[in-house]
Amino acid sequence: MASIKQEIQKRILVLDGAMGTMLQQYNFEEQDYRGERFKDYPSPLKGNNDLLSLTQPNAIADVHRKYFEAGADIVETNTFSGTTIAMADYNMEDLVYELNYESAQIARYVANEFTNANPDKPRFVAGSIGPTNRTASLSPDVNRPEFRAVTFDELRVAYKQQVEALIDGGVDVLLVETIFDTLNAKAALFAIEEVKEARNIDIPIMVSGTITDASGRTLSGQTVEAFLTSVSHIPLLSVGFNCALGAKQLQPYLKRLSDQTQFYTSAHPNAGLPNAFGEYDESPQQMQSYIESYLKDDLINIIGGCCGTSPEHIKAIAEVAAKYKPRQILALT
Amino acid sequence: MESDCQKYLTLSGLEPLVVTPESNFINVGERTNVTGSRKFLRLIKEEKYEEALEVARDQVDGGAQILDVNMDEGMLDGVHAMTTFLNLIASEPDISRIPLMIDSSKWDIIEAGLKVAQGKCVVNSISLKEGEAEFKRQAKLVMRYGAAVIVMAFDEDGQADTYQRRIDICKRSYDILVNEVGFKPQDIIFDPNIFPVATGMEEHRKNALDFFNATKWIRDNLPYANVSGGVSNVSFSFRGNNIVREAMHSAFLYHAIKNGMNLGIVNPTMLEIYDEINSELLQLVEDVLFDRHDQATERLIEYAETVKGDKKEEHITIQEWRNTPLQERITHSLVKGIDAFIIEDVEEARLASNKPIDVIEGHLMIGMNVVGDLFGSGKMFLPQVVKSARVMKKAVAYLQPFIEAEKDGKQEFAGKILMATVKGDVHDIGKNIVSVVLGCNNYEIIDLGVMVPPEKIIETAIKEQVDIIGLSGLITPSLDEMVYVSKQMEKNNLHIPLIIGGATTSKAHTSVKIAPHYNNTVVHINDASRAVTVVGDLLNDNNKIFKEEIRAEYDTFRTQFLNRTQQKEYISIEDAREKKYKIDWNKSEIVKPKTLGIQVIKDFDITKLEDFIDWTPFFRSWDLHGKYPDILTDNVVGNQATDLFEDAQQLLQKVFSEQLLKAKAVFGLFPANTINDDDIEVTTMGCHAEPVEASQKEKLTFLTLRQQLKKRDHVPNHALADFIAPKQTGIQDYIGAFCVSTGFGTAELAAKFEAENDDYNAIMIKALADRLAEAFAEYLHKEVRTKHWAYAANENLNNQDLIKEAYKGIRPAPGYPACPDHLEKTTIWELLNVKENIGVELTDSLAMWPAASVSGYYFGNKEAKYFGLGKITEDQLKDYTNRRNITLDDARKWLNPNLAD
Repeated sequence: MASIKQEIQKRILVLDGAMGTMLQQYNFEEQDYRGERFKDYPSPLKGNNDLLSLTQPNAIADVHRKYFEAGADIVETNTFSGTTIAMADYNMEDLVYELNYESAQIARYVANEFTNANPDKPRFVAGSIGPTNRTASLSPDVNRPEFRAVTFDELRVAYKQQVEALIDGGVDVLLVETIFDTLNAKAALFAIEEVKEARNIDIPIMVSGTITDASGRTLSGQTVEAFLTSVSHIPLLSVGFNCALGAKQLQPYLKRLSDQTQFYTSAHPNAGLPNAFGEYDESPQQMQSYIESYLKDDLINIIGGCCGTSPEHIKAIAEVAAKYKPRQILALT
Repeated sequence: MESDCQKYLTLSGLEPLVVTPESNFINVGERTNVTGSRKFLRLIKEEKYEEALEVARDQVDGGAQILDVNMDEGMLDGVHAMTTFLNLIASEPDISRIPLMIDSSKWDIIEAGLKVAQGKCVVNSISLKEGEAEFKRQAKLVMRYGAAVIVMAFDEDGQADTYQRRIDICKRSYDILVNEVGFKPQDIIFDPNIFPVATGMEEHRKNALDFFNATKWIRDNLPYANVSGGVSNVSFSFRGNNIVREAMHSAFLYHAIKNGMNLGIVNPTMLEIYDEINSELLQLVEDVLFDRHDQATERLIEYAETVKGDKKEEHITIQEWRNTPLQERITHSLVKGIDAFIIEDVEEARLASNKPIDVIEGHLMIGMNVVGDLFGSGKMFLPQVVKSARVMKKAVAYLQPFIEAEKDGKQEFAGKILMATVKGDVHDIGKNIVSVVLGCNNYEIIDLGVMVPPEKIIETAIKEQVDIIGLSGLITPSLDEMVYVSKQMEKNNLHIPLIIGGATTSKAHTSVKIAPHYNNTVVHINDASRAVTVVGDLLNDNNKIFKEEIRAEYDTFRTQFLNRTQQKEYISIEDAREKKYKIDWNKSEIVKPKTLGIQVIKDFDITKLEDFIDWTPFFRSWDLHGKYPDILTDNVVGNQATDLFEDAQQLLQKVFSEQLLKAKAVFGLFPANTINDDDIEVTTMGCHAEPVEASQKEKLTFLTLRQQLKKRDHVPNHALADFIAPKQTGIQDYIGAFCVSTGFGTAELAAKFEAENDDYNAIMIKALADRLAEAFAEYLHKEVRTKHWAYAANENLNNQDLIKEAYKGIRPAPGYPACPDHLEKTTIWELLNVKENIGVELTDSLAMWPAASVSGYYFGNKEAKYFGLGKITEDQLKDYTNRRNITLDDARKWLNPNLAD
C-alpha cells in the first residue's frame, strides 16, 4: 500500500474542506442527532457533530465522498471534539473511544473505495485531533491568573484515548489541529509519543496551529516562530496553519513558517474572513487565486480548507494545486 | 527527513530565541531563584506572587534573555510554587515572551514546570549522578516535553573537577543523549562546573583554566552542543569585596566567551565592564584565572586588601541598557519611548558625526526603523509608537538649531504627505495619529489642520509637490466634502494617490462615491497601523501592481456593493407613515417637567464627570480594541492598554486639579406636540426659568425623518416624532434639547503640547475632552431625568447601566443614526441660543466647535428608543424639502448619505 510519506514527495496533497459547513445543509434536528440509540439520552445532543458518526454515518460518509470526488487526497475524520474533555459538554465521555473508532472506520471505508477505484491516486485518512474547549496556558478567570481549567496531565490522558481509538480505526496520519494554545498541542504530542512507544509504531503526525488575528500570534500569544519552535521536538510529517484567517491573510505567516522549517508544510484556511453576518463568503475562485499565490511562492505541501469551504472550494484548490510542484525542503548545511 | 532542522539551540517563550554564533552570549536572569535571592524566597514563602512577578519583570527589563526559576527550598512545596509562579508568568506577556529555564535538583519540580510552559524551555539540570538509566529516563522525558537541557559535568563518582574528568563526562553524556536517546545535539547545554579560584588551596589553582579548556574542547569536539555556567562562583573567596569580584566576573566571562561559552548566569549588577577594569587589577585577576605563576593568588589577595571597603560608585540604579553602545541606547530610548536620556545621547551622536543632519538620518532613523518594523509586525502598539514619536521629536528639536547653523541641507524623507480634516469638520484625533505614525516612518507630513477648504488642499498639494493626500473627517457631511475634494483633484490634473480615513468613512463609500471621480488610486484606511504599509506600497517604485490591485479590488467591491443595495426595497413615505410606531396615548404616562424653559450651566465642576466616563471608545480612538475594563488584561493589547490608561489618568487628574478644561452646558424643556406626522412643534415662549438668552420665536419645529425600508407586517417604520403625542390627541407632551461642551481649553492645551513636541499628550487631551463631553451629556441626562424633568426621580443606576443606556428615555443627537439630519442642530441652536449662552458654535458643515461637544434632544416617553434611519427615497426627500423650505439640491446635499440610490 502506498504511504503518505511517499506520496507527499511526488505532489502537493489536497486536504478536504469543512465538515460542519457541509453538515449544516442536512438541517439535522435534535431527533436526527439522537437517532434510535440515544433517543432517551438525558442531555440535549443537537450540535454534537462528532456524534453523527454513530447516528448519521451515511451523511458523514457522503461528505467524505464529496471531498474525495472534488479531488481531495486526505479527508479528516469527524472527530474534532472527540476527547473526554470536549464531550463532557454532552455527558458523553464514555463514548469517546467508540466515536473516534467509528469515525475513523467510516473515513477509512470511503478512502479505500476511492483508492480501489483508482490505485494511482491513493487516498488517505487523517485523524482529526481538535484543541478541546479548554486552554492549558490561559486562565479563564481574569481574577485568578494562576488558575487553569485543565491540566497538562488531564489533556494528555484524554488525547491518548482519542489517539488509541483513531489508530485502531485505521487512520493513516494524526492531525493535531486548530491549535490555539501550544501547551494543549504539546500534551497531544506527548500522548502520541507514548502510544507510538507502547505500540512500537511510527505513525506520521501533522500539526496545524491557528493564528487568531492580525496580531500574527496564536491565542496563547506565541509568534509563528515561537509556535514552530515549541512543536518541533517531535518528528512531524508537516506543520502548518488552519482556521481563523482566510487564505490571503494567512500567507505572510505561512511564508515565515515555510522559511523556518524543514518539515513539510500544510495550510487549510477559512473561506475568507466572516462577513457581517458571520458567514464565510469567499468564492472557490477567489480562494483558488489566493492559494495559487502560495503555490507560486513555493510555500506548501498539503493544502485544504477550513470553515466555510465546500467541495467546490476543494475542487478549485485541487485544480490549481495539480499545476504546481510541491515545496522542496532545503537541507541546512 | 531529519527533524533537527535547526542546528542552533532554539528556545521560545511567546517569542523565539535562536542562539547563533552571532548571539555572542545569552544572559540568563537568575533573581527568580529562591536559593540565590533572599528577597525572592521571602516573597514566595509569603505567597506574595504579585511582587515576585515584579522580580521577574525586572530581570526581563534588565536584559535577561532566558528566565531561570528555582523553587528548591526545604520549607517550600516546590511543585506548587513552581506551577503557580509559571502560571502567573504565562499571564504576563512582557515576561513570558522570553524562554524559561526550569531549575531544580528535584525531578518532580522540573516536570511540574514543564507541564505548564507552552514554550520550549531549558531544563536545569540532569546528569549521570544517579547512573545511566535515570539519566536516560529523564532525558527522554525532557525531549518529549519539548525542552532543551543543561547537563552537569557530574557522574556516579561525583562532580568533574579536572579538565580530563570534565571532558570525559561531557563526552559520555553526549554520546548517550545523541546516539541512544535521540536527543538533538543543539538542544544540549553542558555546564562543565565553574569553581572558585584564589582560595589558597593548591587543587583549586586550575579551576578557571580547566573550565576554559574544557569549554573549548566541548565546542570543538561535541558538534552543536552549547556551554553554560554560573559565573559568580568563580569569585567566591572574595565575598564582600565587590570591586575584585566584579573584575573577576568580567574577566572570567570575557575569556569563557572567547573559549566558547555561549550562555550563562551572570548578575548584571555584579559585572564591571571589561575595558574599564583597572589595568593592574585586571593583570592580577587574569594571572589567577590562567594560573600564570605561583604568587598569583597571594598578589590578588594583597591587592584586594587595598580596595576592601572602597565604595563602588552607585551605579546599580542605572539600568543596564545605559551601558550599551550609543546606537543601541538611542534605539532603546525610541523603542521604549523614554525621553530622559535622549538629549545627552543625541548630543554624543552629534559630536561624533560630521554633520548634525547625519544624526537624524543615521542614529535616529535607524531607531525609528526598528520602531516601524516592530509596529508593522504587531510587536508594538499605537500608544507606544506615539510615545516613540515624542522622543523622536524631542531629539529633532534639539538638533534643529545645529542643522540650521550649518545650513547643510534638508533631511531626506521617504515621501511628502499632505494631511487635512476637510472643510466643516473639526475632528482630528485619528488624523493626528496617522500623521504621527507616518512621521515616525520618515515621511514628511504637511498637516493643514482642521476645517481645510478644498482650494487650500489643492493649492498646497501642487505648491509643495506632495506625494499623497490624506483626507479625514468624522461627521457625515464630510463624506460629501471628500467627494468634492476628489473631483477638484481630478479637475486640477493631480496625479497622486488619495487616502481616505475617519470614523464615518468606509470602503463602501470610498469605492462607490469617491474612487470613480478620480483617475489615481483612492484607498480607504480604517486604522493607523495600516497607514504605513499602504503609504509604503503607494510610494514604492514598483507601485503599479499595488495600485492596479487596489483599483481592481475597489471596482469589484463597488459592483458587489451596488448589486447588494439594489436588492433593498423601500415603501412610499405615505405608507411608512401609516406604519408609524403607535403609542397608546390614552394610557401612556406623560410627566410634566418640574422646571420648564432654558437653564445654563457655566461653571461646572468637571471632576464630577469622572465616574460617568465610558472608557471603551477612548481605547478605540487609539486603535486598541476591546471593552473596558477587560481590555486592561487583554492578552494582546492589555499591557499597552494599561499603560495608556495610566497616562490618561495622569493627564485627567492634571486636568482636574489644574482646572485645565472648562465645561459648560445649556438645556431646556418645553411643551411640544407632533404635527403633520413627522414634525415636532415646540412652544418656546413664556416658560423661562431664568432670564437667559432665548429664542425670539414663539414656536419652533423639529423635523424628523422616517424609516422607509420595507419591513415585515407589524414592524413599524420609526421616526422620532412617534415618541411625542400628536397635537390632535389633545394631550400636552414635552421635549428637551441640550448642548454640552468640555472642549474649552482643549485646543490651547493641544497646541501647547504640540509646541513641546509632545504629540502623544496633544492627542491624549483631545481624546479625553471627547470622553468628558460624552460623560457630561450622560451626567446631564441623568440630572434631567431625576431632577429637572424628574420623570425618573427614583432612578438608581450605576455607571455600567448608564453606558448600556438602561434608563428610561433617550437623548438622540443630530448627525447620528436616528436623526442623521445635521440641519436640526441649527434649530437646537435657535431654540437654546446655544452660541450666546455657552459659546459653542456651528461650522459650515454643522460640526460643533469646540469639538468636544454633544448636542441633542431629550425624549422622556418610556417607549422611546434608539433606531437607525437607514436610507430614504426621493418622495420623502421632496416632502422634507418643502417642510424645511430649502432647495432640493440643498436637501440632497445634507441628506446625501441617507439617500437610497
